[in-house]
Amino acid sequence: MNVVPISYYLVLSAILFGLGVVAFVFKRNIITIFMAIELMLNAVNLAFVAFARAHNQLDGLVFVFFVIVVAAAEAAVGLAIAITVYQNRRTLNIEQINLLKF
Amino acid sequence: MLILDNLWIILALPLLGAAINGLLGKNFSKPAVNSVGIGSVALSFLCVVELLREFAQLSAAQIPWVKNYFTWITAGQFRVDFSLQVDQLTLVMLGVVTFVSLLVHIYSTGYMAHEEGYYRFFSYLNLFVFFMLTLVLAANVVLMFVGWEGVGLCSYLLIGFWFLKQSAISAGKKAFITTRIGDFGFTVGILLLFWTFHSVDFRAVFQQAANMPTEAFAPAGVLTIICLLLFAGAIGKSAQLPLYVWLPDAMEGPTPVSALIHAATMVTAGVYMVARMNPLFSRAPFAMFIVALVGALTAFYAATIGLVQTDIKKVLAYSTVSQLGYMFLGLGVGSYAAGIFHLMTHAFFKGLLFLAAGSVIHAMGGDQEMPHMGGLRTKIPITFWTMFIATFAIAGIPGFAGFFSKDEILDAARSGPHANIWLWLLGLIGAGLTSFYMFRLIFLTFFGKPRYDEHKVHVHESPKSMTVPLILLAILSAVGGWVAAPHLVGGTDYFEKFVHPVFATYAPNELEHTHLLREAGAPEIRVLHPDEPPVYPGHAPEWLKALAGPPVIVALIGLLLAWWFYIKSPDTPKKLAQSLRGPYTVILHKYYVDELYNAAIIQPLLWISTNVLWHVVDEGLIDGTVNGTARVARESGAQLREIQSGNARTYASWVVIGAVGVTLLMLGLWGMGR
Repeated sequence: MNVVPISYYLVLSAILFGLGVVAFVFKRNIITIFMAIELMLNAVNLAFVAFARAHNQLDGLVFVFFVIVVAAAEAAVGLAIAITVYQNRRTLNIEQINLLKF
Repeated sequence: MLILDNLWIILALPLLGAAINGLLGKNFSKPAVNSVGIGSVALSFLCVVELLREFAQLSAAQIPWVKNYFTWITAGQFRVDFSLQVDQLTLVMLGVVTFVSLLVHIYSTGYMAHEEGYYRFFSYLNLFVFFMLTLVLAANVVLMFVGWEGVGLCSYLLIGFWFLKQSAISAGKKAFITTRIGDFGFTVGILLLFWTFHSVDFRAVFQQAANMPTEAFAPAGVLTIICLLLFAGAIGKSAQLPLYVWLPDAMEGPTPVSALIHAATMVTAGVYMVARMNPLFSRAPFAMFIVALVGALTAFYAATIGLVQTDIKKVLAYSTVSQLGYMFLGLGVGSYAAGIFHLMTHAFFKGLLFLAAGSVIHAMGGDQEMPHMGGLRTKIPITFWTMFIATFAIAGIPGFAGFFSKDEILDAARSGPHANIWLWLLGLIGAGLTSFYMFRLIFLTFFGKPRYDEHKVHVHESPKSMTVPLILLAILSAVGGWVAAPHLVGGTDYFEKFVHPVFATYAPNELEHTHLLREAGAPEIRVLHPDEPPVYPGHAPEWLKALAGPPVIVALIGLLLAWWFYIKSPDTPKKLAQSLRGPYTVILHKYYVDELYNAAIIQPLLWISTNVLWHVVDEGLIDGTVNGTARVARESGAQLREIQSGNARTYASWVVIGAVGVTLLMLGLWGMGR
């Protein structure tokens, strides 16, 4: 069977993760930053799945489930915060949300 | 044995009085302050009287009577007990201190009646009595030092009693700092004493010293060094050359303080200390010589300054310095008893002179300048007569207290165990000067025509509270010396007999001592049995020889000169001052000693303190280090703060940089992934 080598998966995962990082650092909108975080998490998920398949072990898959659960919870809390912030400040620009900064 | 077994009570009473008046006195009425202040000292005096009675029943073996209360300090071998002792010397001091204190307390109720801080004054006085009694009752040298410093503190507080007056504050500081110079020597002396004898307890030290030979005149041994260091303390405390400068300035304090602290008691602490240490001093001939030399020089030197002073208290102050010199002369020539005897009579007549001077000042409404007085004899007769008697006593007119004591000192200086004819001569001239300046004071103050404005100054006799102490002291000034009188007609000197055991118990071996003195060319010495009072050869048993001896003659010459100068022809002093302008100016400015000390010691110290210690060491080094440390912390903090910006994206960037860095490290440096 013509199996796709694991390095392909890993390179794709790295590229997705890198994109996520770049977006996280450079984007200003909170929603976009959340999406960047999701992107990074899923890039890692991809790596986990690839390793699990290559090594024929279930550990990686279990990890992925956990990550998905945490990501879902985080999205729920994070988006709630984003909505509250928007209601209070009428902006989602992270540069302007700096009340607690010294 | 009520008091002998409870010696502490003599101390505790004045301390209690000081505490009550000091802490609560602000709200007391004057009678309440009086009864606490006078009552505590009066009870203390009664205790001493009772102690005297009980002491007479002790056998010779029980003296000195030592009571150990508790151990105060232990550090390895070093051990100091709170222990008190009583012997004949202590008793003399106790009697003098409590009696004069009592009179001064009573006098103060009149003299200080209109002063602010009345309760504070009495509290300080009581505290002083407490420390003075500690000093004389102490059974070891460290506890004695506690009393020694305590009386210094009280002296400082009382000189500066009118603390709103700049000159009073300066005088207090001067007294405190000048005596501190001597006390440095004293402290080192105590350390050396402990180093040598491994104890600070008088009895233990003296017992060991008794087994040591008398040291050579030169080179000096350890005993001589200890004695000289201890004597340095005495020089400061008892205002001898060259540290006497504080005492005349101390006259800024209230007059009762001058009488009690700066005439009768505290300044004699040095004399007491040297007498107490007699087993050491007797074995250190060089130290003895220095004591006698300093004493004689001071006696003469201070007397010359007294000649031209116009402030009534300043004359008495220089007179005190001079008389303390006589006491040291007496000690230094080996006649401890004569020195202590003079201490006692001096306490009476000099205390009286100061109190009477206070009464004069009181009558003059605060004026202390003798040129403003005159003719006060009939206006304030009690003050006049008491002061007149005291002057007779200090001048050494036969029959009065000072005659006996001064005569004994001068006699010992001429023919005692450490006699020195030059010191005797200095003392003799000093005696003549003493007589002159004292009668000058009397004539200027009480005789002649009034020189004050009679419409402005209402001269009045002082209240009873002030005159009664004067009269009591006048009686003692007149008859206080008679305990020694039988000696003149070949009988016993009862004072000397009383204190003799203190100085004989640990005296150096007589034979050896005599041998040394013979080598030194001293006249024939009789070998003494320890129980026998010494009889100095040449000490005329014939009363005529004493009455017409040189001290009496110079005293009478002084009296006549003063009479000639200030009553017969009052122009003479001015003419003399003009014809001897040079010496007169020098003496009038007290030999420029204050100026000399200022230029040679104070100014350089001030310069070093300002320019080196202050500007360089304190501001540069110490402040620099402290501020520098703070600046480093502050500025590095300011720099590091930038990292913690609070900007989430910056943090994220750091995380990324960190992650990339760790990854690169893993790949490159640790060689993983290969």
